[in-house]
Amino acid sequence: MDFLKEFWDFLRVRKKFWLLPILLFLLLFGGLIILTQGSAVAPFIYTIF
Amino acid sequence: MKSILGISAFYHDSAATILIDGKIVAAAQEERFTRKKHDSGYPFNAIEFVLKYSKLNLNEVDQIIFFEKPFLKFERLLETYVAFAPKGFKQFCKAMPVWLKEKLFQKKFLFNELKRHDKNFKDQSKLFFSDHHLSHAASAFFPSPFDEAVVLTADGVGEWATTTVAIGKGNRLQVIKEIHFPHSLGLLYSAFTYYAGFKVNSGEYKLMGLAPYGNPVYKEKVKKLVDIKEDGTFKLDQKYFNYATGLTMTNDNFHNLFGQKPRNAKDENINQFHMDIAASIQEVTEEIMIKLARSIKKEYNINNLCLAGGVALNCVANGKILKEKIFNNIWIQPAAGDAGGSLGAALALWHIENNNKRIVNSNDDMKGSYLGTEFNQEQIEKELISIGAKFETVEYEELINKTSEYLSNEKAIGWFQGRMEFGPRALGSRSILGDPRSDKMQKNLNLKVKYRESFRPFAPSVLHEDLSNWFDLNVESPYMLLVAKIHQSKKIEMTEKQKKLFGIEKLNIKRSEIPAVTHVDYSARIQTVNKNTNKRYHDLISKFKEKTGCPVIINTSFNVRGEPIVNTPTDAFNCFMGTDLDYLVIGNCMLDKSKQDQNLKKDYTKEFELD
Repeated sequence: MDFLKEFWDFLRVRKKFWLLPILLFLLLFGGLIILTQGSAVAPFIYTIF
Repeated sequence: MKSILGISAFYHDSAATILIDGKIVAAAQEERFTRKKHDSGYPFNAIEFVLKYSKLNLNEVDQIIFFEKPFLKFERLLETYVAFAPKGFKQFCKAMPVWLKEKLFQKKFLFNELKRHDKNFKDQSKLFFSDHHLSHAASAFFPSPFDEAVVLTADGVGEWATTTVAIGKGNRLQVIKEIHFPHSLGLLYSAFTYYAGFKVNSGEYKLMGLAPYGNPVYKEKVKKLVDIKEDGTFKLDQKYFNYATGLTMTNDNFHNLFGQKPRNAKDENINQFHMDIAASIQEVTEEIMIKLARSIKKEYNINNLCLAGGVALNCVANGKILKEKIFNNIWIQPAAGDAGGSLGAALALWHIENNNKRIVNSNDDMKGSYLGTEFNQEQIEKELISIGAKFETVEYEELINKTSEYLSNEKAIGWFQGRMEFGPRALGSRSILGDPRSDKMQKNLNLKVKYRESFRPFAPSVLHEDLSNWFDLNVESPYMLLVAKIHQSKKIEMTEKQKKLFGIEKLNIKRSEIPAVTHVDYSARIQTVNKNTNKRYHDLISKFKEKTGCPVIINTSFNVRGEPIVNTPTDAFNCFMGTDLDYLVIGNCMLDKSKQDQNLKKDYTKEFELD
């Protein structure tokens, strides 16, 4: 939670809100890739791309 | 009593520094402990050392500061990828997992690592983050002997900035101007380091050392890569570079411009082309630095200049700025690279954030940069006995007398005394010493002791009081960061025939009374030795002068090519036994190679990766 608050403050101070969707995208898919390494969820990713 | 722990880590040259009541008490680089050159990992050992030295538990430290801001760095990465997309996808794929897994959460990571030093450490609010170039600027200004100065920093890249101008006065320091990534003087120099076949972030010295063998015939071509304005600001044409998006420094446009592919160090020797390339980029670097210095002098009209950042380790450029007499005084941070960021961040926190008064110290706040580990006589003897070394313990007078005698007999000596230096230069604490008057010393030391390229020059340590009789320099250079010419009276002029010799052939000609430390262009990277900062070293050179009339000795770092400078008596003994060093002097112990157990000898040439 601390991280999210700090990153939000950072975006606010730097006025770089446009980075947010890129980061969310990265976290979502980065997280998926990490989570699904060698797991049964892997085909789910292949069907998307 | 207030204490601050400064940390630099995760890119290159991790280090830790501790301040007590604003005074620099201890500082060390992690590489010295892990024996991995430019170690960029979390500096666990360096932190342990500075804590132990200051007799503090981590929980007792009041504030901890990291030398840069990870979020800003991440912002730069994302914006760079967006700007260059779809180019750079490969680099993006390599960088992002590391960032998303670790680097973005650096605060938490640091906190968890810090807990390893002391399980009672629980207060995350003690943790601060400085700015990369502010850390550099602070490391250059606050320990300097100036109340007011303009500070110029230049390196590869920090968060966004690659070059900054800051103004320091009293305990205030403010960054006024910045040049941003991808326009970087450090990266330009590193691109040529890569192109000449040396390792980026560590081979830059070699390029600088190679430059005097060449002619700057490619200078105009180099200027096609970089648009230099009158005030010294510059812009790199990204058409020729690959570092912003790729996995190499240069691209085919760059190679086509100069007509060759980058040198492959494994199967291609250095030739005149590489020397000319080195000479060309060195001249352009000097031109930029001098123009920058002139313009900031004109704009702010302050008489003192402080320098830091990796580019400030280019002592040839520093020497030129000094020679141009743009500023009355120049002070350069000895740990000008990222290791010094730990020091600068801590000083910035103490003075700027905590608003503590600054008392300007004209007697060297850096304590000669002797801020690292030390071993007393008892510890040295105990350690030497445990590793099977044969040594004799002698009185101080005898130690100085014998060592100077060996030096004058052209013996190569490992010299391990007092506290280890902070920064990349050995300054007479962890040094290999030799006789500069010898014709064959440069070649022998390079090939048989350091196992490095024979073209590389050695630096002289000269008694402060004899400086101007031997070199064209009249200011102190205690950190070996200024290059100047050998004094006219000590030069041996080359004949017309000799002058026509190319590059490395000139090396075989005796060019001065101290040929081993005279580069082919008659220059030398000078360290002045002052009695107040290093008495033992000063006494040794004085004795050598008494015997030979020469107040100069060779001083090169105590290591072989690719190895971090030795840290402990055991490291020193291993290096001694793995090379052709004749004697080793540790504290008051003297070791003679011929008396050692020959079974302890080892093949040292393959121990460390080449840089």
